[in-house]
Amino acid sequence: MTNVWMDIKNADLIIVMGGNAAEAHPCGFKWVEAKAHKKARLIVVDPRFTRTASVADFYCPIRPGTDIAFLNGVTRHLLENDKIHHAYVKAYTNAGYVIRDGYDFRDGLFTGYDADQRAYDTSTWEYEIGPDGYAVVDETLQHPRCVMQLLRKHVASYTPEMVERICGSPKEKFLKVCEMIAATSTPDRVMTSLYALGWTHHSKGSQNIRSMCVVQTLLGNIGMPGGGLNALRGHSNIQGLTDIGLMSELLPGYMDLPMDKDKDFATYLSRHQFKPLRPGQTSYWQNYNKFFISFQKAMYGKAATAGNDYAYHYLPKRDVPTYDVIRAVDLAKEGKINGYIMQGFNPLMSFPDQTKMREALSRLKFLVVMDPLQTETARFWENHGVYNDASTAAIQTEVFELPTTCFAEDEGSLSNSSRWLQWHWPAQSPPGEARSDIEIMSELHLRLRDLYKREGGAFPDPILNLNWPYQNPASPRPDEIAREMNGYTLEAIPDPANPDRTLIPAGRQLDSFAQLRDDGKTACGCWIYSGCFTEQGNMMARRDASDPDGRGIALHWAWSWPANRRILYNRASADPDGNPWNENNKLIWWNGSQWVGYDTPDYGPTVAPSQGVGPFIMNQEGVARLFVRSLMRDGPFPVHYEPFESPRSNLLFPKIKGNPAARIFKDDLAALGTSEQFPYAATSYRVTEHFHYWTKHARINALLQPQQFVEVGEQLAREKDIADGAWVRVWSNRGELKAKVVVTKRIRPLICDGKPVHVIGIPHHWGFTGLTRKGWSPNALTPAVGDANTQTPEFKAWLVNIESTTPPPPSPQEMA
Amino acid sequence: MPAYPSLDIVRRSASNEVPPQIRAGHQAEVAKLIDVSKCIGCKACQSACEAWNDLRADIGVNTGTLQNPPDLGADTWTLMRFTEYDNPHTGDLEWLIRKDGCMHCSDPGCLRACPAPGAIVQYANGIVDFNEANCIGCGYCLKGCPFNIPRYGTIDHKAYKCTLCSDRVAVGLEPACAKACPTGAIMFGSKAAMIEQAADRVEDLKSRGYDNAGLYDPPGVGGTHVMYVLHHADQPGLYQGLPENPKISPLVQAWKSPAKIFGLAIMGLSVIGGFFHYIMAGPSVVPDAAEDAARALEREQTAQTVQPAGRAR
Repeated sequence: MTNVWMDIKNADLIIVMGGNAAEAHPCGFKWVEAKAHKKARLIVVDPRFTRTASVADFYCPIRPGTDIAFLNGVTRHLLENDKIHHAYVKAYTNAGYVIRDGYDFRDGLFTGYDADQRAYDTSTWEYEIGPDGYAVVDETLQHPRCVMQLLRKHVASYTPEMVERICGSPKEKFLKVCEMIAATSTPDRVMTSLYALGWTHHSKGSQNIRSMCVVQTLLGNIGMPGGGLNALRGHSNIQGLTDIGLMSELLPGYMDLPMDKDKDFATYLSRHQFKPLRPGQTSYWQNYNKFFISFQKAMYGKAATAGNDYAYHYLPKRDVPTYDVIRAVDLAKEGKINGYIMQGFNPLMSFPDQTKMREALSRLKFLVVMDPLQTETARFWENHGVYNDASTAAIQTEVFELPTTCFAEDEGSLSNSSRWLQWHWPAQSPPGEARSDIEIMSELHLRLRDLYKREGGAFPDPILNLNWPYQNPASPRPDEIAREMNGYTLEAIPDPANPDRTLIPAGRQLDSFAQLRDDGKTACGCWIYSGCFTEQGNMMARRDASDPDGRGIALHWAWSWPANRRILYNRASADPDGNPWNENNKLIWWNGSQWVGYDTPDYGPTVAPSQGVGPFIMNQEGVARLFVRSLMRDGPFPVHYEPFESPRSNLLFPKIKGNPAARIFKDDLAALGTSEQFPYAATSYRVTEHFHYWTKHARINALLQPQQFVEVGEQLAREKDIADGAWVRVWSNRGELKAKVVVTKRIRPLICDGKPVHVIGIPHHWGFTGLTRKGWSPNALTPAVGDANTQTPEFKAWLVNIESTTPPPPSPQEMA
Repeated sequence: MPAYPSLDIVRRSASNEVPPQIRAGHQAEVAKLIDVSKCIGCKACQSACEAWNDLRADIGVNTGTLQNPPDLGADTWTLMRFTEYDNPHTGDLEWLIRKDGCMHCSDPGCLRACPAPGAIVQYANGIVDFNEANCIGCGYCLKGCPFNIPRYGTIDHKAYKCTLCSDRVAVGLEPACAKACPTGAIMFGSKAAMIEQAADRVEDLKSRGYDNAGLYDPPGVGGTHVMYVLHHADQPGLYQGLPENPKISPLVQAWKSPAKIFGLAIMGLSVIGGFFHYIMAGPSVVPDAAEDAARALEREQTAQTVQPAGRAR
């Protein structure tokens, strides 16, 4: 989230689109329910009338996978009706930046497309650079190649009629949504956007989010209380996972792992210079080398020196952009990945194309499952009849189950959607032989290190020299690790004004990332977490809930990255002179000598407004991007592309199937079905009673929602002669499942281009372990293709067929 | 349920007199306010109720609805009931989700109907509690309730329902469901405060186009200590059969009041009548002639039916 949970109560308009906030975040949803105090309104745009829609003021249906068409339509409406925050757009966005000659968008493709590679040469997607070395800007926003004019041209075809034809959203409902959104373009009204997997789980997921960024930026709602682009994360610590960089292509703090082509440290750094593109801009990523070198010092200690480029050669180098789940499954299926450690993960149920997943697992030589629960993945080899038709005798995989603690038995921090790091303590001891993940990983490391010491290896240095400074090496304490993440001085830091004077002695916890250095004197495991565990102690354990003036900012409750700033880009809540855009909704302001207010400034605290430094201090431009240049693989502007399996062809660009820049492996492409065989648009989601595949093991949750069901609209049920509560078979080109059916008014056919599209809803939560009735994951049916930028699979839009059927036969376990 | 606040009982089933208490007049009536317009149907309340009361309903099946378990039960004291409503006035779909459970009536039909002394009690704070130790398992409370709430336990043959967490309230805590509710759709406090809060909610709902929003606090049972804020207070039946004007059934009323009096009167009159008949008509005596004739008949019948030897089994 750019903002925080409590801040949602400050909004005048809340739009829940690409998510189902009430269903998935019932506790956080209390801040949406607080709308009554401000007479705020809630809009829901969703293929289904969800639990969120049940308490909304306005609901508009939409076909799964067409959010960009809808939002580009909103952008068009805002521009045509001149409902934008002009002063904000002019001062705080790249609307006036001129794009170089050579950039174009034609027939659904940007310049530079290579169809064989399914990728772009993005060099034309850049600013025109002037003789002063900076991007050229037209303050009047009239230059034909300035971003504003290019944006107008780009969204011109997304008329209300076209939106209705593509999305199935009735024109008058779409226009009502546009009107309500447009009303927040004035400084005295603000809108917040709440989204989640309904946007990310698509082959153009990142661009789905981008399209709302464009809307919110034009409205001036970023950096404002009650505004923002707010991702409601799907797991209590998934924010922590991405923050620490637990993705194959990341290093902690959103740095990236070097690639093969980064032959040496200098080459790698040259790609991470982030020089300002406009005069005087902060472009804070310029400090990349300080973050990176401090990270290397934390990892490798004395083995990382100036002389060896801080052990740059210890890091693995990527030969492909990412080893994401879809690629990993593909490699495992081909026998190119032989062992897998599944830590807190249940891929047999969570990854797309379950049949392919099962084959991949069957080819592994060994599988280690670290989990507190008995997962389906750990039992992939066991035959559970129709629910898991495994030929056990043919599977050679050796499976190890290492029981771990669960969250209530651990101490540590959880990073929530609001970027708060909240420290928590165990409620009880773990049962039986369960051990914490930290202990298990530490044991693995120590034993591997010992083996390498004794037996040598091809290149054991990174393992032998991994910094392991814990009091009990076999059981590092969470607070020890937190202190490493925060960062500390390795040597005394001299005062820059007086080198004889020491500013910070050696061996001290740092206060912030501003103290990080590129000379090896500082170490820091995760630069964005710097400040979480200082000399004053564990900032994450603070529990002071005071919230001055009820603004929704509790600066002393836990600790928020970066630097305890709660609302990102909060400089943008004030105008270029430093005065709040809205006195009644202010956050920080300039008092003549520094920035003061309710939040920690996301800005230099003493940088005067007159210096003209933009609020978006991480960006090289200093301003928000309506046009994102080469930073996205599939385009600088969002484009409506259909899902890879879609009931309709792309009305705007009929020759294009799916996202042209999304990667898809050969056999996954071959496994796609057609709308002739599979006429219905399926989507998968979660229900409130359960958390993914965990809570089916908990008795109370199990009785609240005991059995799998699919949701079908009344009209389709009548057409297919399906009775409420009966058994149905749902199948795609990759697999099938059987479930009870809930016939509902909450799913209506979407009239797209004059013909109805029926949506079938398939929730998660049931499998073949646990207390609930056995069931299938919707991933028995989903396609293995992901977002062009992140590879997040397209779980939310694919094709199926449906018919009435007989109950599934009992599994061997049920018959016993 | 152990009657924690046993000092506060103001009414008791099948008991003509309840002694006055020393605490009378110093306790506020409590109420649980369920704002249906804020409820997202998440079932945290169902979950908390199971957990607090150590209940575990069966793991059932899906019957074509999100509602689970399918009905209230001896081990399900609250239940989310889902209704999909195509509003003909607005043309919009509405998903009405109501938390069902005991309404804790001021004039409880269950208490009236119950023949077992002290099996059902009402406290000064308005909570109506079942005291299973005294329950004889007759099931009359099921019939007495205008809201169809109590349920019969097949294991122990006792009746069960929501206790408004009388044990928690007795020590100053809010009911488990109110504590668990993530959105604040369930509020708990004095009935006066809840009525005030409801007024604010109704005003807000009206400003959002719900012209008939209102508070459900049915007078036919003397008002209740569980109240609803409804979008459509003029049509409670929309919310899966919430009764529009609930009253204690005339049969129960009659049986426990006039019928009881009538029955007692009949018994009393029978005793008095019998006594007077005995005094005036004397005991019932069989005449000597009839006695002799009967003995003669008996001797004849015995002579005719001589048992043959070796009777078949």
